[in-house]
Amino acid sequence: MTGVRAERGGALADGWVMTGRYLRHVVRAPEEIVIYFSLPIMFVLVFGYVFGSGMSVPGGGGYREFLIPGVFVMTMLYGIGATATAIAVDTGRGVLDRFRSMPMARSALITGRVLADLSRALLETAVLLACGLLVGWRWHHGAGPLLASIGLLLLLRLALSCAGVALGLVAPNPDTVSMIVFPLAFPLSAVSNVFVAPEMMPGWLGTVSEWNPISATTAAIRELNGNPGLGGETWAADHSLLLAVAWPVALIAVFGPLSVRLYRRLGR
Amino acid sequence: MQTTFAVVAERLRKRYRGGHGATALDGFDLRVPAGTVYGLLGPNGAGKTTAVRALTTLLRFDAGRAEVAGADVARDPGTVRERIALTGQYAAVDELLSGRQNLVLFGRLHRLSGPAARRRADELLERFGLTEAAGRSAKDYSGGMRRRLDLATSMIRRPRVLFLDEPTTGLDPRSRNQVWEAVRGLVADGTTVLLTTQYLDEADQLAARIAVVDAGRVVAEGSPDELKAAIGADRLEVVVRDADRLSEAAAAVARAVGAAPDADPDQRRLRVPVTDRVGGLTAAARALQDAGITVADLGVHRPTLDEVFLNLTRAAAR
Repeated sequence: MTGVRAERGGALADGWVMTGRYLRHVVRAPEEIVIYFSLPIMFVLVFGYVFGSGMSVPGGGGYREFLIPGVFVMTMLYGIGATATAIAVDTGRGVLDRFRSMPMARSALITGRVLADLSRALLETAVLLACGLLVGWRWHHGAGPLLASIGLLLLLRLALSCAGVALGLVAPNPDTVSMIVFPLAFPLSAVSNVFVAPEMMPGWLGTVSEWNPISATTAAIRELNGNPGLGGETWAADHSLLLAVAWPVALIAVFGPLSVRLYRRLGR
Repeated sequence: MQTTFAVVAERLRKRYRGGHGATALDGFDLRVPAGTVYGLLGPNGAGKTTAVRALTTLLRFDAGRAEVAGADVARDPGTVRERIALTGQYAAVDELLSGRQNLVLFGRLHRLSGPAARRRADELLERFGLTEAAGRSAKDYSGGMRRRLDLATSMIRRPRVLFLDEPTTGLDPRSRNQVWEAVRGLVADGTTVLLTTQYLDEADQLAARIAVVDAGRVVAEGSPDELKAAIGADRLEVVVRDADRLSEAAAAVARAVGAAPDADPDQRRLRVPVTDRVGGLTAAARALQDAGITVADLGVHRPTLDEVFLNLTRAAAR
């Protein structure tokens, strides 16, 4: 007896099918992404308008133009929660057993999730660009640097997606994910250059803030697009572009293999 | 005709690391003839699920050898995965997707082309009576529908061996019958089914052979009839009306059939094996009548699979 004949396909094809699965989840349960968007939009409104009048940007310039690149980056950061929750939901259910008992590539769950995250990140960036334009943010140096900024955002999201997969694999259940993500993500976004320039923070806090990966990408986007609030005179501030590439690459180097190992260990 | 085995397990061992370090499989042996339904019967924690997870490549075992659908589980898990399907204790479907999307997704992951996956999905929806519910999210399905979707998903590639881990746990009787019908249909198509269950009637209904599992090993194996026969003869059962007179009744029955019965004071019941059904029954009736004991119930019973099961697992516990 032979089964229904299979056509050849590889790990990439399986990963792509899995990407489609996660994107279909967004279509079938759009509430999640709507709630997800409410956070950055709220940050723009609260910080841009409520606190913004009392904020000053070193070197001058509008606070909202200073803020928007940081909000882009923060949105990527909070995506870690969506990733980890989705993975924790999958590992907590029987559906993972089915995937693992099928002749598909084992990596497909991870590659599928990461690709779906990147697709989501593109959509999120598009929405936030529109929001940014509405509140007065502009790119001053043309399309090339803008595209490079989007590239940096996607690179950061890729790194955070790997971290999210690892987190989802170690989380005992989906409910604990948000309890882990928030205390992790909040200080990362608060002690950064997203809302306040590091040189306005007390000594050591400013240093931590400058070296924060969130700050690196934010500063790089400000620099690329001619937005105000560039720090200066410290190595980290002078090399934000380099750090905006180095940090995500380092995170991927750590969390990519870690995720794969954690996923393989599930069967032991 | 020579019997071929769809599943062979030899002296499987698995000890869970960390925590309590319990031995889940302790020299587990199994031979499942191809084309049959085989039942793994045992209480919770007996090792049934561990055995299924080991045989379906989900869990590495520490020692022993296993072969499923002609492929070695440890050395060639990829081939095993191509030839089997698993329906676990918890419906293994994507809750957010519709029934049809689920079948198409798993079809694609089985490397069917898009059109082929959609065709197969429609065939299976039809066959498992889910055509009307095809567009609804699986999370809105009833328990029975979800299990049927789960079974349909397992049938996408027409597996040689289908593993069903407690397929009807938590289902109402009607849904349970639907699942049983589906399983019988699959076997008629030539699939071998390895089924775990805590329900004796389920094993009795479906399985051609049964292995009773306890503490990580098979403690008895055979057809349901063989297992019932192994536990011994028919049993004479007496229920007296008056609990006070149970020991008196026990003495009377012992004299009549020549063996001391087991007494259960709570149920006011005596049980004793008899070799001669009719002779034993009339002798006991006469003895009880002579002793002037009022009987609430009197009869001779074939042992149930329940008794077989309790007997075997109790023996293993000693």
